[in-house]
Amino acid sequence: MVPEIGHFALIIALCIAFVQALVPLAGTSLGVQRWVATAVPAALAQLLFVGISYGCLTWAFLSHDFSVLYVAQNSNSELPLIYRISGVWGSHEGSLLLWALVLALWTGAVAVFTPNVPRGMRARVLAVLGLVSCGFLLFIILTSNPFERLLPAATQGRDLNPLLQDIGLAIHPPMLYLGYVGFAVAFAFSIAALISGQVDSAWARWSRPWTNVAWLFLTLGIALGSWWAYYELGWGGWWFWDPVENASFMPWLIGTALMHSLAITEKRGTFKAWTALLAIFAFALSLLGTFLVRSGVLTSVHAFASDPERGVFILGFLVLVVGGSLTLYAWRAPLLKSAAQTQLLSRDGALLLNNIFLAVVTSAILLGTLYPIAIDAMGGKISVGPPYFNLMFILLTAPLGVLMGIGMIVRWKSDSVARLKSKLWLPALLALTAAALLTWLLPVWYWAAFGGLAMAVWIAITVVLAIHERMRNRSLLSALRSTPAGFYGMLLGHLGIAVFIVGVTLTSLYNKEKDLRMAPGDTYSVAGYEFTFHGVRQFDIDNYVATRGGFSVRAEDGDFRVDLFPEKRIYRVQTMPMTEAAIDAGLTRDLFIALGEPLGEGGAWAVRIYYKPFVRWIWLGAIIMSIGGLFAASDRRYRRLARSPSRATDAVEQSR
Amino acid sequence: MTPARKKRLALILLMVVGVAVGVGFALKSLDENIMFFFTPTEVMAGKAPKNKLFRMGGMVVDGSVSRPGDGLTVQFDLTDNEKQVTVRYAGILPDLFREGQGIIANGKLDDKGDFIAQEVLAKHDENYMPPELAGMHKSEDAQAEDPY
Repeated sequence: MVPEIGHFALIIALCIAFVQALVPLAGTSLGVQRWVATAVPAALAQLLFVGISYGCLTWAFLSHDFSVLYVAQNSNSELPLIYRISGVWGSHEGSLLLWALVLALWTGAVAVFTPNVPRGMRARVLAVLGLVSCGFLLFIILTSNPFERLLPAATQGRDLNPLLQDIGLAIHPPMLYLGYVGFAVAFAFSIAALISGQVDSAWARWSRPWTNVAWLFLTLGIALGSWWAYYELGWGGWWFWDPVENASFMPWLIGTALMHSLAITEKRGTFKAWTALLAIFAFALSLLGTFLVRSGVLTSVHAFASDPERGVFILGFLVLVVGGSLTLYAWRAPLLKSAAQTQLLSRDGALLLNNIFLAVVTSAILLGTLYPIAIDAMGGKISVGPPYFNLMFILLTAPLGVLMGIGMIVRWKSDSVARLKSKLWLPALLALTAAALLTWLLPVWYWAAFGGLAMAVWIAITVVLAIHERMRNRSLLSALRSTPAGFYGMLLGHLGIAVFIVGVTLTSLYNKEKDLRMAPGDTYSVAGYEFTFHGVRQFDIDNYVATRGGFSVRAEDGDFRVDLFPEKRIYRVQTMPMTEAAIDAGLTRDLFIALGEPLGEGGAWAVRIYYKPFVRWIWLGAIIMSIGGLFAASDRRYRRLARSPSRATDAVEQSR
Repeated sequence: MTPARKKRLALILLMVVGVAVGVGFALKSLDENIMFFFTPTEVMAGKAPKNKLFRMGGMVVDGSVSRPGDGLTVQFDLTDNEKQVTVRYAGILPDLFREGQGIIANGKLDDKGDFIAQEVLAKHDENYMPPELAGMHKSEDAQAEDPY
């Protein structure tokens, strides 16, 4: 009964989504206020029904209802509670339902948290979100019904894919979807503005907090995925340029460009057309990501479920969304002439360059990701290796790092070379000296390490300089009070990048990897640590059997000592082996041991040992960036009333 | 031309040159980093490049996995149900590597015509078939076991 309620609720949600999409839109264009007013209640009702539907599927998981095909395929009576909850999005149908739920949540949030947006505008935004929702709900109902029954019911489920039985991956998809789908809001604002013709600073101000929040979730989602791949796949890598990783990274890059471009549009009223276009592309790339993951056109570790028919639906939807948006854009773009001219040597110019670089690097990644598909269509079979992506990415983002420092100091509208030179020569010199010193302290001199460290130090110093500039001629207290949260958000975002660069540079250049044959009692030394193997033992745990290796690690100098227990697990139901690496994490280095397979007699095993310096900084950087995003989104000027901010409300806010 | 126009022209030229250089670079780099995919039959027919990395996919032949010597090196045969190629790999095999499983290996051929793998990929799903291999053995798809 419960699954049928879920299915039925989903169909009702679809009907509501149609109303939410069409009625307000008709209302705004015909000027019927009663129709316009349907947008908010429709959005909330849709959220309610998608929520009910989602709740029903969760209930089916919790109650081990193996008469539901999806539950039978992805759960098991021995599956721990947390993975029964996360199992809901463990495969295709459920993850799409999560997509729809996240979209409904964002839509509901737009309905509730935009008191400062005029009613007509809000109605249009909700209508566009309703249209997107129609597409996805149709997709679920027509091609991927999670409530399909299995008759007769299975007595036992096939268990959740063991790879997904992990806390990192349990929360990775919701985070990622909150980001992906969040760009739908920026997209909807953009489309609504194009429909009404009101593409201006106010529009940019309304879009900004939504874009920031979506971006921060996407940042966290990608970081979680990377962290998970690092410890769970047992390869010790944190990024593989896998097509599906790229699929999440491209919206991130364009989303980053969008955040910066929105800043110019709000502040200066320029780049309106470009900003609107970026919002369209950020969401289009999110849809492309969904298409790539769900259609199975790509060889990827992520292509868990693949079905060409579903791929065709998403591709059709993608073409419709992108085609429709671009047509609207082409029709409206002539209206979007900017009043002001842009000087290259100004913050506007720096942000423009930032946008160009981000767009180009996204194109390069897109090229490498889609090229194999294009070749495949012509009958060849190729793959594009990580060296391509590494090279393109580093080449194209290095100028961005330099630019980031300049961008924080340069003035809006126009600036002079002389002023910039006088401000920046010292930070540049300091960065180079500090980087040289730091690289010299490292075991080997690599020019790449010098370059990376110089970039990181440069960004960090210019962040400090930007604070200093802000504080000048003011008391600390008044400066702190008058500085908007968005400014701190920017600083944290950039500081996060600096931390990230340190992590990436040092990990990729100074990591040590060893694949070894180790018998019990063997000791091997890697990067100043002695690893001793003590043999393996068997353990019986929940729904798997673990072969656990015992290792003791000792620093060659100093008295650091730690015991590590990597596991080889066999999950009983799917009889699938899983490598569970043991990691001793630290701020300056990780020690990583993974068990391979037993080698012949005498209890010898293939063992993989890694020494990963500063690898934590990669994710630490992402966390700092997303905190920056939170600061930026919480800037109080987004909460002010729109259009004509009355002085009275300002005064009230100031006195608080 | 007015100074403003000159400036704009310079900017546009700069962008065009920048884009051209970028695209050229991307294509060149792409060209160098592409790995072609071959089946064992194609490899035996001599279609695979001699001194360049490529990918080979197929099923691990039952009973062919062995460890010559006592090191990490493992040796197995890969087949597309027509021809077989011997693969050697020094390193840790992925979790799902097993006999009868479809895998993909990156590497190059040695003088004897054996494939020296630098990386072995098996897919993290029981039912997963690399798209490259999907066309290869329709007969076995039919026997895919029903879990219920």
